[in-house]
Amino acid sequence: MKPLHQLDSTTLVLPDSNIDTDQIIPARFLTTIEREGLGRHAFADWRFDDTGKPRPDCILNGPGASSAGILIAGDNFGCGSSREHAVWALADFGFRAVVSSRLADIFRANALKNGLPAIEVDADTHAWLLEHPGARVRVDIETCRLHAEGGPETAFELEPFARTCMLDGVDALGFLLAKDAEIEAWEQHRPPRETA
Amino acid sequence: MSQTLFDKVWDAHVVRAQSADAPAVLYVDLHLVHEVTSPQAFAELDRRGISLRCPENTVATIDHSIPTWPADLMGQRRYATEAAWNQVNRFEENCARHGVTLHGWESDKRGIVHVIGPELGLTRPGMTIVCGDSHTATHGAFGALAFGIGSTEVAHVMATQCLLQSRPKSMRVNVDGPLPAGVTAKDLVLQIIAQLGTGGATGHVIEFTGSAIDALDMEGRMTVCNMAIEAGARAGMIAPDQTTIEWLRGRPCCPQGDEFDAQAERWLALATDPGARYDREFRLDAGQMAPTITWGTSPDMAVAIDQPVPMPRDDNARRALEYMQITPGRPLIGHPVDVVFVGSCTNSRLGDLRAAAEQLRGKRIASGVRMLVVPGSESIRRQAEAEGLDRVFLAAGAEWRESGCSMCIAMNGDQVGPGQTAISTSNRNFEGRQGRGSRSLLASPATAAASAVAGCVADPRTSARDPHAPGWHAGVPSPRSLEARA
Repeated sequence: MKPLHQLDSTTLVLPDSNIDTDQIIPARFLTTIEREGLGRHAFADWRFDDTGKPRPDCILNGPGASSAGILIAGDNFGCGSSREHAVWALADFGFRAVVSSRLADIFRANALKNGLPAIEVDADTHAWLLEHPGARVRVDIETCRLHAEGGPETAFELEPFARTCMLDGVDALGFLLAKDAEIEAWEQHRPPRETA
Repeated sequence: MSQTLFDKVWDAHVVRAQSADAPAVLYVDLHLVHEVTSPQAFAELDRRGISLRCPENTVATIDHSIPTWPADLMGQRRYATEAAWNQVNRFEENCARHGVTLHGWESDKRGIVHVIGPELGLTRPGMTIVCGDSHTATHGAFGALAFGIGSTEVAHVMATQCLLQSRPKSMRVNVDGPLPAGVTAKDLVLQIIAQLGTGGATGHVIEFTGSAIDALDMEGRMTVCNMAIEAGARAGMIAPDQTTIEWLRGRPCCPQGDEFDAQAERWLALATDPGARYDREFRLDAGQMAPTITWGTSPDMAVAIDQPVPMPRDDNARRALEYMQITPGRPLIGHPVDVVFVGSCTNSRLGDLRAAAEQLRGKRIASGVRMLVVPGSESIRRQAEAEGLDRVFLAAGAEWRESGCSMCIAMNGDQVGPGQTAISTSNRNFEGRQGRGSRSLLASPATAAASAVAGCVADPRTSARDPHAPGWHAGVPSPRSLEARA
């Protein structure tokens, strides 16, 4: 994971609540064995019609979409399936952060593990961001603050470990592998064992 | 100190306590693996040149992208795409190379991952169970802590048998009162989700309690826990009791004899202590519940089948009604359906198939309706066939397939056409979930099957055994006569 301290970009707004991972990437694209190149399938059924032509009325096909690095989404974004392909697709599409008033648990965990800040903000900030598509927003991982140009500045919570991983480019699996001796000691002394 | 069921299972698996700068290291007893979310995890292990820490605690099956058609005479399987075929091949290679037991095409234990875990007795009370699949919550019905993870975490578990986890909050959902006749676990959980909202339990592990939950059989409890994720919960759990123990007794991977009884004593002690606290509590009354069906594009958009679809209160509801082409203000009974799907990790067990067959016995599905019945596992398929349920489905005009996720996730070629409306026993009614442009109504197996006969949404309480109900055809041979000919 590449270290990330802060990012500064314009926003793209998808105001619907409960945007599920089937919308972010439909299941028919999950037969891939790769994690790269999924941006072309991001929101496939929103962006393309039945014949595969881009829908001109879809904001994700609009002129600001390719440069917008921050996705502002309606409440409970990323609900549904655990598919990490949703995060890979968003990142490959060009999003470098996702902001909502509430994020689904598995989606958020997946995003943070891929160095994609998935941030929950308070209702007022969220409402302002929804009402100002294309706003310039700075997300600061070091200070855990989000600042919208001409708008609110607010603190957000980020799990300390996820924050450290982003700032220092820490490899979470490397961290776990380094705990091998502790895991082994625990395995030796655990209560009556349930093995599969 | 008084502890909840969740507290006990969590605490028993903490290898390294949560600290100010790192989450807890939580040990995983059972890792279930399938073909769709594992290739990138196996690739990560290969990239680092490491192997699985505990292949013996890892069990694999194929379910998501596989065809449900039987093999042809040449033994060939009809994959939907070359990519799906390639994914399964890669999975077989990965499992073989890493020493993971795979219940693949050749195994009579194959099935949907959340169906075979309990069926084989791999799922037991007090365990931690993870899988790269959000419906892992199913296993919580046994008093296990079971939750879905992404592919990066799949690699973490493969490499270390552990996960970095922050302790979730706890929520109790208590449902008292007997469920009225004709109301099932599926109806109950749809009502719970409607109450909590689709993100209402985010960050929480739900424990389902109360006399209505106690009265459910294990299949019903699995249906309830399976859909905990549809309220946003990290996991759903139900305390082990005598029902749990008797269901597990004799399962192939469970301890046997005296060892089982000793284990069962420990399982019963997992129940939440009197006076234990939850972060949040909800109460529902089962006594007033009716068969329930969804009308929108989120599982919480559900209503009792005989009640009017609510008038939209926000843009989401308006958009959902528009997508579904449903008129609010009147009940869904009579709303036409094109496809009926009985299957998925929510409702594909023997009791589900029996409930569907009960509605179909001696009847035909309505003209123009396609009905697909997909058992949850090969074992369930064999049991259903031994009981003659397959003949009931076939005589009614439904398709009977081999096991798999099938039309729930619609990535294997079994799908609902654009603009078609399906009534499904699965768990998600998201836009396009069952195929591009598909519309899904979630309901119980009985409601789905009754609707197949009627050709439109029907109330299973009034349609069963009614020879005057729509769809009745006196000339259809009875299952018994078909059996005699077979």
